[in-house]
Amino acid sequence: MLDFVRTVGWRSVDNVYGLGGIASFGSRLVFETLAPPYRLRRVIDEIYNTGVLSLAIVCASGTAVGLVLGLQGYNTLVRFGAERSMGAVVGLSLVRELGPVLTALLVTGRAGSAVAAEIGAMVATEQLDGLRMMAVDPIDFVTQPKAFALFASMPLLSALFIVSGLFGGYLVGVGLLGIDGGTYVSSLENNIDFRNDVLGSILKSAVFGALVGLIATWRGYTAAPNSAGVSRATTGAVVQASVATLMFDYAITALWGVGV
Amino acid sequence: MSRSPIRDLLVGVFVLSGLAALAYLSIQLGAATYSGPGGLTLYANFDEVGGLAKRSPVVIGGVRVGQVRSIGLAPDGSFRARVTMDVDKSLKLPDDTQAAILTQGVLGNQYVGLSPGGSDTLLKDGGEIAYTQSAVVIERLIGKVIQSLGGGSSGGDTAKPPAAGGKGS
Repeated sequence: MLDFVRTVGWRSVDNVYGLGGIASFGSRLVFETLAPPYRLRRVIDEIYNTGVLSLAIVCASGTAVGLVLGLQGYNTLVRFGAERSMGAVVGLSLVRELGPVLTALLVTGRAGSAVAAEIGAMVATEQLDGLRMMAVDPIDFVTQPKAFALFASMPLLSALFIVSGLFGGYLVGVGLLGIDGGTYVSSLENNIDFRNDVLGSILKSAVFGALVGLIATWRGYTAAPNSAGVSRATTGAVVQASVATLMFDYAITALWGVGV
Repeated sequence: MSRSPIRDLLVGVFVLSGLAALAYLSIQLGAATYSGPGGLTLYANFDEVGGLAKRSPVVIGGVRVGQVRSIGLAPDGSFRARVTMDVDKSLKLPDDTQAAILTQGVLGNQYVGLSPGGSDTLLKDGGEIAYTQSAVVIERLIGKVIQSLGGGSSGGDTAKPPAAGGKGS
C-alpha cells in the first residue's frame, strides 16, 4: 500500500519535473532565437528541410482535401438546394480548422519526426557532447534553428494548404459539378471574415508550429543515448505533437471565438 | 552547411509563395466584403430586420452600392429597428427612395434593396429613408397561412380560397 502511494508520488514529481524541463528548454529556445548570434545560414538550411521539402506533401494533401470537401459539401448542400453556398462551406472549413490542423499533423509526420530522430541520433553518437567540448552550445547551434524553422514554416505551409484546398474545391465544384465559378468565388469572399477566420487561422498555425518545434526538439534532445532511445524519441515526438496540436486547437477555437 | 544557390533559391520561392498565399487569404478573402466607395450615411427604420446583419449588402437594382454599418433600436422609443447604412456618396438619391429588406433566393442572405423615387430633392448625408418595407419572416408567414387555413375551414367560408381569407391583409 505504502509502495503504491510512493509510486504515485514519484510519478507525479517526475511529471512535474518533466514539465519544468520542457518549459526551461522552451525558454532557452526563445532566448537563443532573440539573442545573437542569429545563425541565419543554419535557419535557412532548416527551413529548406522542414518547409521546402514539406511543400509537395502539403499542397497535394490540400488539393485532395479540397476535392473531397467539394464533393461531400455538394452532396449535402444539394439536398437543401443550397449548393450555391459551396464556396462558403469549403472555405470556412479549410480556413478555420482543416488548414492549420492538417498542416500541423502532416508537418509533424514529415519534418517533426525527422528533427527528433536527427537530434536523438546526435545524442546517441555523442555529437552534442562533442559540441559542448568545443564550447558550442548545442541548444543554440542544433536545436534552435530546427525549432525556429518549424515555427516559421507552419503559417506559410498552412496558407498554401488552404489555397490548394480552395483550388481543389473549385475544381470539383466548377469543373465537375457545374456550379458557376463566380458563384463559388463570391460565396467564398462574402463569408470569410478577416478577424474571425483568417487571423484566427494564422494564430493557430503559429501556435502549432511552436508546439511541434518545441516537442520535436525536446524529445530528440532528451533521448536516451542508444538506438531504442532514438526510436522512442521519434515516436514520442510524433504522438505528443499530434495530441498537443488537437488539444490546443480546441482551446484556441474556444478562446478566440468562432464568430458568426 | 555551406551556401548553396539552388537551395537558397528554393527557400526563397517557398517563403515568397507562402507569403503570397497568406496575403491572398487576408486581402482577397478576409477583406471587408464591400470595398467600394462609401461616405454617405443613411438611416432607415424597420419594424423587422430579420436576418440582416452588419456588413450586409445595400443594393440598387442588383448592383452593390454600400453596406449596413450597424443595426440597433431606434432612439425615439418606438421599438423599431434602426439600420445605419454606408452608401456610395456619388449617388444622387431622391428623398422618396424606398428601402426594403430582401432575401437572396429562398434561404439566402438578407440585404437592403433601395429603389429610388422621382422626387427632385436629394437625400443628404445622415438623412433618413422614410419609406421602408420590413423583412419577411418565414415563420410568421407560415403561421398566417396555417391560421387562415384553419379559420377558412372552421368558419365554413367557402366563397374565398382559404389562403386569401382570415388575416391575409
